[in-house]
Amino acid sequence: MTVLVAAAEGGVVIGTGEAIVFWVLGPVALAGALGMVLSRNAVHSALWLVNTMLALGVFYVVQEAPFLGAVQIIVYTGAIMILFLFVLMMVGRDSSDSVVETLRGQRVAGIVLGIGFAALVGAGIARAAEGTVVRGLAAVQGEEGGAANGNVEAIAEVLFTRYLLAFEVTSALLITAAVGAMVLAHTEREPGTRQTQKELSRARFLTADHPQTLPGPGVYARANSIAAPGRLPDGSPAAASFSTGVEPQVVDELPPSGSVGAERAGIPHSGGTDAALGTVGGTSTGTTPGSGEQAPR
Amino acid sequence: MIDVLAAPDQPTLEDFGSDVWWIVLIKIVGIFGVLVLMTLFAIVFERKVVARMQQRIGPNRVGPRGYLQSLADGLKLAFKEDIMPTLADRPVYFLAPVIATIPAFLAFSVIPLGPTVSIFGERTPLQLTDAPIGVLIVLACSAMGVYGIVLAGWASGSTYPMLGSLRSAAQMVSYEIAMGLSIVAVFLYAGSMSTSEIVAAQADGTSLSFFGLDFTGPSWYALLLPVSFVIYVIAVVGETNRAPFDLPEAESELVGGFHTEYSSLKFALFFLAEYVNMVTVSALCATLFLGGWRAPWPISMWDGANTGWWPLLWFFGKVVAALFVFIWLRGTLPRLRYDQFMRFGWKVLVPTALLWILVVATMRTVSREADLDGGQVALFVGVPIALIVLGGLLLASRANNRSTRIAAAKAAAGSIRPTEPEPEVLPAAGPRRRPADRRGPERAEGGYPIPPMDLTVPPSPRLRRATVVAGGVVSSGRRGSSTTPEEDGDV
Repeated sequence: MTVLVAAAEGGVVIGTGEAIVFWVLGPVALAGALGMVLSRNAVHSALWLVNTMLALGVFYVVQEAPFLGAVQIIVYTGAIMILFLFVLMMVGRDSSDSVVETLRGQRVAGIVLGIGFAALVGAGIARAAEGTVVRGLAAVQGEEGGAANGNVEAIAEVLFTRYLLAFEVTSALLITAAVGAMVLAHTEREPGTRQTQKELSRARFLTADHPQTLPGPGVYARANSIAAPGRLPDGSPAAASFSTGVEPQVVDELPPSGSVGAERAGIPHSGGTDAALGTVGGTSTGTTPGSGEQAPR
Repeated sequence: MIDVLAAPDQPTLEDFGSDVWWIVLIKIVGIFGVLVLMTLFAIVFERKVVARMQQRIGPNRVGPRGYLQSLADGLKLAFKEDIMPTLADRPVYFLAPVIATIPAFLAFSVIPLGPTVSIFGERTPLQLTDAPIGVLIVLACSAMGVYGIVLAGWASGSTYPMLGSLRSAAQMVSYEIAMGLSIVAVFLYAGSMSTSEIVAAQADGTSLSFFGLDFTGPSWYALLLPVSFVIYVIAVVGETNRAPFDLPEAESELVGGFHTEYSSLKFALFFLAEYVNMVTVSALCATLFLGGWRAPWPISMWDGANTGWWPLLWFFGKVVAALFVFIWLRGTLPRLRYDQFMRFGWKVLVPTALLWILVVATMRTVSREADLDGGQVALFVGVPIALIVLGGLLLASRANNRSTRIAAAKAAAGSIRPTEPEPEVLPAAGPRRRPADRRGPERAEGGYPIPPMDLTVPPSPRLRRATVVAGGVVSSGRRGSSTTPEEDGDV
């Protein structure tokens, strides 16, 4: 409010559009900040914060700094908050804050201190900005097509001349952090100890006997158990599809003329019953499951 | 370029923001309608093209030659039951499809569809708005779209959507970096981030002179900046979660991914957002790399090609061509594995894009300092760099195949098997198989836990009414031979 009054007295007159944006989005941003503090669920907090950041981005755009606004939305809300969410989602959905006070009266003290601090900072800034004339960013960085040619070039100029050192140091800090995280998360592996999938597939093609993947168990079979071997087109079990560590077992057959539909409809037929479907090592072959004496190996 | 900017049909930044309110309204409604229509078209187009690629016919029942199929599907979706899962976080579950859809539509507002035209007597550019940071608005909108997917997965309260949304968060954030970096070279060349000025910058090719011969070089950035173009195309396929990068909704692994729990209109919104995003990145591709609404070369020799309403035709032709590439990729390539995909993004796309920016910036500086023209720069800088890169790629591929060639030589000599033989299977069943002092499932030598072979499976609750045979079927858990005929229905 103070800023608005000062602006009205100073050189720059704030347009109706900007005032409307401010009075609409200001409460939205404030509500976002309050919601972030007050909501119990961590993901809800993050969403309230996103709300505030978006409102700030729009404020930047309205105040003649479109590049800053776009970067605020792309970098802060688009990348950093997404990474926050990423971590929060891992924490679990039902982990909300406890309502039990561990220190007596901490909540009241916190509220009082927080409001007091906000009042202090607000009053300080209001006093400091009281007499200053608001010039607006447009006067400083030039209009589009003007001397400094708008927000983008003005920021670029300041960033790469006056604040070059700070800019470079910040980037060095970020790179250090990234490299440090990679070093900490890196798992040591002796080079050459493990063949990659590419190497394995190439090597498999070099052995002439079986370039393609092994047949899966249960191919052409009437059961999907890993114990049921794949079968060759003539009906015999394919030895290449025997599973490691499991005895291959013979799946019993429906006799050739058996028909499920015919049985269900009550039509007499010479086949077996539907119960033969899918039983592995059933009674028709005489193999009891688990004994595996007749393993075709 | 100056004369192009001064041309009456080419809008400049000053032309925006001064439209009458009803013009703005017409433009907003028009863009909304175009995007919805493009979505309906893209779905049918995709199904038909993929069907042709798979030697099928595709949808051919609803409407003329099946072209109204997606309209029927949309109507059907609206009448489906809207399901709210019990474990869902209700407000976020409701918000997620909205958050996914709105930025998708918003991004199209800065896409230039054509030159300045006359709408009911008002001269206005065929573009809703533009800003000095136009392209960044598209990037910001796509960054917001990630929230829709991430929150959908989280709010569903289910495992597969959660996994899908975790994947998509990582995927879209990393591919956004590659996408943003690929566009930087375009900014450097065009000297602007506003979409209308980038289109204007692609209006005329620079005149090149090779060995005394003068001719006009290409003006599209797809040809001037081929590396940027390729990176952009790959990155947006990852960014829009399209095959072969559709890991967030990988059917074979995650059922449906982030939208598994969604139905009815909420699901329709996700579907809409996906296709609108596709259209938007295709339009951005046309704007940044394919000359925008300007006519392609043979047509551009006709004087009226870039005036009036004709450019809409060229523009949407380019967009449909880009959509076709999306569909073509889907019909051709299998889905990548997740680790391969992330490695590709971070270890190939991002470094290549950074190097390319370095090269482009160096070329720009050198040509400005040494006062070279475009042809000389291409000859003295571009050709050597291309040769170096090709040589490097050749060396890299040879080094990559080295282990294979060694293994091949050994295999030919018969000395080794290139692959380690599979560990021998367990000894045959019997008393040796299970020593008495060992309890619980043991691990086979292959490292996989195996079930005990003498396990008795308790009767399934579904079979309560059936008489359970003593010592029933073990391995498959299916019913024994005493099944009653009535229960055959659910076999």
